[in-house]
Order: sequence, then C-alpha cells, then structure tokens
Amino acid sequence: MGLRSIIVLLLATIGLIAFLSTLEPFRIFMPGLLGGAWMTVRIAALGSLLAVLFGVGSALSRLYGPAPLRWLSRTYVEIFRGTSALVQLFWLFFVLPDFGISLEPFTVAVLALGLNVGAYGAEVVRAAIQTVPRGQWEAATAVNMSQGQALRRIILPQATLTMIPPWGNLFIELLKSTALVSLITISDLSFKAQEMNQTTMKTIDIFTLVLLIYLTISLTITIAMRLLENAASRGLARGRAQ
Amino acid sequence: MLWDWEYALEILPILGKAAIITVEATFLGFVIAASLGLIFAILRMLGPAIATPVTILVELVRSTPLLIQIFFLYFVLPKFGVTLDAFTAGVLALGLHYATYCSEVYRAGLENIPRGQWEASTALNLGLFTTFKDIILPQAIPPVVPALGNYLVALFKETAIAVLELMQTAKILGSETFRYVEPITLVGVIFLIMSLVSAAGIRWVERVLNRRIMR
Amino acid sequence: MTSGAAMPMVRFEKVTKRYGNLTVIDGLDLSIGRGEKVAMIGPSGSGKTTVLRMLMTLERIDGGVIWVDGEMLTHVERNGIAVPADTAHLRRVRGKIGMVFQHFNLFPHMTALKNCMEAPVTVLGMTKREAEERAGELLAMVGLADKRNHFPSQLSGGQQQRVAIARALAMRPKIMLFDEVTSALDPELVGEVLNVIRKLGAEHDLTMLMVTHQMGFAREFADRISFFHRGKIEEDGKPDDIFGNPKNERTRQFLHAVLDAG
Repeated sequence: MGLRSIIVLLLATIGLIAFLSTLEPFRIFMPGLLGGAWMTVRIAALGSLLAVLFGVGSALSRLYGPAPLRWLSRTYVEIFRGTSALVQLFWLFFVLPDFGISLEPFTVAVLALGLNVGAYGAEVVRAAIQTVPRGQWEAATAVNMSQGQALRRIILPQATLTMIPPWGNLFIELLKSTALVSLITISDLSFKAQEMNQTTMKTIDIFTLVLLIYLTISLTITIAMRLLENAASRGLARGRAQ
Repeated sequence: MLWDWEYALEILPILGKAAIITVEATFLGFVIAASLGLIFAILRMLGPAIATPVTILVELVRSTPLLIQIFFLYFVLPKFGVTLDAFTAGVLALGLHYATYCSEVYRAGLENIPRGQWEASTALNLGLFTTFKDIILPQAIPPVVPALGNYLVALFKETAIAVLELMQTAKILGSETFRYVEPITLVGVIFLIMSLVSAAGIRWVERVLNRRIMR
Repeated sequence: MTSGAAMPMVRFEKVTKRYGNLTVIDGLDLSIGRGEKVAMIGPSGSGKTTVLRMLMTLERIDGGVIWVDGEMLTHVERNGIAVPADTAHLRRVRGKIGMVFQHFNLFPHMTALKNCMEAPVTVLGMTKREAEERAGELLAMVGLADKRNHFPSQLSGGQQQRVAIARALAMRPKIMLFDEVTSALDPELVGEVLNVIRKLGAEHDLTMLMVTHQMGFAREFADRISFFHRGKIEEDGKPDDIFGNPKNERTRQFLHAVLDAG
C-alpha cells in the first residue's frame, strides 16, 4: 500500500477510536486501555532497540568474528528462532530465579522479546550485508581500505537501506508479541483488556477498542519505517541515470 | 542441584502428550491457513468491491496480536450463540491469523504467472474455475511452497500460545514441584526438535515438487 | 624490455593460481619496468584479469612471489625465508597500486567528489579540505568538474568510469591497473575514457597495466603487448611486432579472429 493510503488509514483509525471514546459503552474503558497501551509501547520500543543491537552484533560476529564468536552467534540464532517467544519469555521469568538472577517482569519482557526478534534480525542484517555487490568490496580494496574501514564506510551504509523494510516487519512482530507479557502479569494492553473483560464481560466493546489501538501503533511503525527508508535512499540517490 | 534427570524423565511422557496435542493443533491450523489464505488471495483478485473489505480484514488481522484474536473468538462468539472450547478457538484464530500471511504468499505467486496464461485460457474459452484449477494454480503454488513452509514452522511456535497446552502443562508441573528448569527447558527442546523436523520436511516437499516441474 | 630502470616496478616470479583443480595461471614470469605501459590481450579465460586481480591482492596466489617496487608484495622475509604476508604488510605495499574496474564499482551512496575523497581521508588521514581540493583537481582533469556533486546513478557509464579513474588517482598510486575498463560501455562512450587514459599516459610517470579488447588503442598507446593463452604468456613484444608480424601461431589466430570481426 502506498504511503499516502497508510497515513489515511492511520488517521481514520485514530478518528474511529476518538469517536468511539465519546460513546457511553466505550468511554469508561479508554483510560485503563491507554495506560496499558503505554506499557505496550514502552516494552515494544525498548525491545526493538535491544533487538537491533543483538541482531547487528550477531550478524557482524557471524560474518567477521573469530571462530568462537561465530559459533556463539549461530547458536544464538538457532535457539531463539527455533523456539517460541512464549517459551523464551517463560524460561527467563520462571527459570532465571533458580539461577539466582532476579529480574523485574518488565526487564524480563524486554530482554526476552529483544533476544527473540534479535535472532530474526541477525539473519536480516546478514542477508543485507551479503547482498552488497562484491565489486564494492573490491573497489574499497583497490583504494587500500582495511576491512573495517570498508565495512563502516562503504558496505554498511548500503546494507542499511536494504534492511529497513524487513526490520519494519520485525518491529511489528515484536509489537504483537508484547501481548504475551500479559501472561507474566505485566499490565500491558492485553492484560488490561482481559482484566476489564473479566469484570464487565463487555467483550465486543473492549476488544474492538483494543484491536484498533494495536492497529494504530502498528500503522505508526509502518509509516515511520517508510519515512526512514525514503530518507536513507535520498542519501543513496537510487535510480537509473541516462 | 541445577538439573534433575530423574525428574526430567518422569515428566517427559506428560509433556509428550501435550506435545501431540500441540502438533495436532498446528496441522489443523496450517490446513485452515493454507486454504483460507488461497481463498483470500483469489478474492482479492476479483475487483475492488470484494477486494477492499478483504484487504482491510487481512490488514487488521495481520497487524494485531494473535492472543487478542484468540480471546476475541473465545469471548465474543458466544454472544452470537457460538460457543467454542479453548482448543477450537485457538486453532481457528491461528488459522485465520496465518491465512493472512499465506494470502500474501499466494498473491506473490499468482502475480508471477505471465499474463499470457490468462489470455490463452480465455482464448480457449475455459471458465474461470477451470482456469484456476487446471492452469493457474498448478503453476502458482509450487514456487511458493517454501514460503508457505516457513509459515508452518512459525505456526508450530505460535501454537504454543494458541493452545497453551504445552506451556500450561509445564507451568503446572513446575508449580507442583517448584522446579521449573526441567519442564520449561524440555518444552524448549521439544519445540526446537519440531522446528528442525518440520524445516527438514519442507525441504523434502520442495525437492519432490521441483522434480515434477521443469526448471 | 624494461626501459632503462634498474629494477622492475612489478615482477611476477613463477606465480601460480588455481581454482580447485583448474590451474588458471601456471608459473608465470612477468616483468614491468618503471613508467612502462603494458597491454595484456588474449581470449577469455586466458588469465589476464587474474593477473591484475592477484596484483591488487583481490586473489591469493598459490605459488611464486609477486614483487612491487623492489619489495615482495605477497610475502615477507622472516629469518631468511619468505612467508606469506600478513594483512598489514599487504596493505602497506598495495597502497602503491590503484585499479579501475570493468563495472566501475563507484560507491553509490557518495557523490563523485566524495567518492574521490573517501579513501584519502579514511586511509591516508588527509584533512577533508585537502582531500576535497585534490578530488576537485582530479575530476577537472578527467573533464567532470561540473559533475562533482552528482551521484553515480546520475552519471552515464563513461562519466562513471572517468570518476573511477579519478578516484584511483586520488591515492597517488605508482602503478595503475585497468581491467577491461571500456567493455561495459556503450560504443559512443568508449572514446572519452580512452582519451583520459591517453592523457594519463602522456602527463604522468605512471606504470600502467591494462587488460583490453580495444586493439587499436592498445597498438597506439602501449609500449608493450603481452598475449596470454591458457595462463601463460605466449608472445610478448612491441605493438608493431605483435600486431604486424606475430610469430606465434595462436597469436596469429587470435588477432585474425578479433581484428577481422571488428
């Protein structure tokens, strides 16, 4: 969908939420849901940041690191991609205390989601770097750059543009995965929704609002990534000449 | 002691039973997703009147958490007279959620079919249904099997959420004995194995299908 | 063959290169003098491009030694024996060599000017102002002063290749390598690139080694022609000798095929 359509959809969704909040059955739920949404956004944002760090770190280790680091990176990716986010979340929440590590649920949530999405991100970064044409490496060698200089100045800037859309999808996956943290008693949007549903049984009203709020956050992420992509490709001035 | 092998072996059969339920749910979910996804993809080709609402539904489902969708089905449908147990709600939600991903995959596959195939079908006066059945789909589907397969692997993991069978069992076992390490780790290992097995299975299916098509 | 200089600028000593079971270069001996301009011609797969790539350290060699400007490139001497060179040594010696590629390989995320500034700043530690000045001069020399702020995607193939030449020169190499630099260009753009190369040859004391299919240019420009076949030099000599009176049968066949087709 074009950027313009997505922005229109976002505005329509926000408009719908605003409209519904003026109506009786929905109004009482809004404050609680917004509070939960804020928690969701915080976890999603920090988790995404962590995911990028883990993803880039893992990919670079896998491609250019010494053998032990390469092995570590591959193991990390296999394990965190091969098991579900829920398992990882529960493991960190229930098992870590046994090892003497006591973390706040919030921290566990951010860590688990960051590690999970970071593993997928590592593959995205790796693919993007490997897609940069060989000729670029050779040109960098021809002007006598070291591997590190070539990576920093020539390869990574080009890989970054390729990476942006897949990362956008991963951030949205992360957003959706935040719903799982409601299962370890964190008061995010999903938790609030279930809580309110238990007490009022006004399921349709509550969950309609909830779905619209998630949609809003998701569309915002998509728009942000499109803008980022546009900015980055202006720097690259893509497009054929002649 | 950090890891109790005796305990681990003791709980393995219990977890095994839960694992089988998970696997059943996954296959059911995948069948729903693969079929429904194809229907969505074809519907989106039939003109804006039908395509637009389908697209909006697909976007909505794709952009919101599976967990919420499960709760929605579980709690909302009874108001319309349809009561589902947790397992069925989970599988349906899973199928619907992944149908939206699969519909994207099918769409890409259908778009790859050259216009000429459609035009030849028209020239031979084959009806729309026959065209899809005999000409278009046999060409569109094999190339996208790997992508569909990836979603099968992903489905395995999401089934953990949808059905909560394995995870609940692990949690219950853990809370009974206050030993969480073994149950949850074993569940993790089970998932890892299922993941690797299904990935290998998909590669096998790919190979079989590709042998039948001329590359 | 060397034009007066005591020591060759580039020397291949029994160099061998293998890809798996295929021996692409087989015990090659080649000497190029200071300021000499050598054109390597021959059929595809004869190993000419591999020679350039080994010199530019884009490929490892499997046997022999390559010397550059009097010292070993591919090896260092430790306790009296030659051991394969480490990265630091390779980088130090290959700094004297510049290369222009068939597909230009300009950095797409940088303007023409920045392309020429990047390595002097990052590798040589030049200040941005110095690098910019020098880049500007070089771009003017190749006739692209007005395109300095254009991105590669906004330039024609011939213009991109000229920027690529300027970029290579910015590192002040003593040896310039040209790998079929006009093969990817539309015919009408070939001339502008060859003119720049001619200019380089006339005005600078560069040692130039080129792989080319432009026979007319090679004959007129080069001091020496080397004809390659199956990883060995079949014939080597002055342009007039090679083109006018080839002694080797394979050379004759190749020239027939190439010149008659054109």
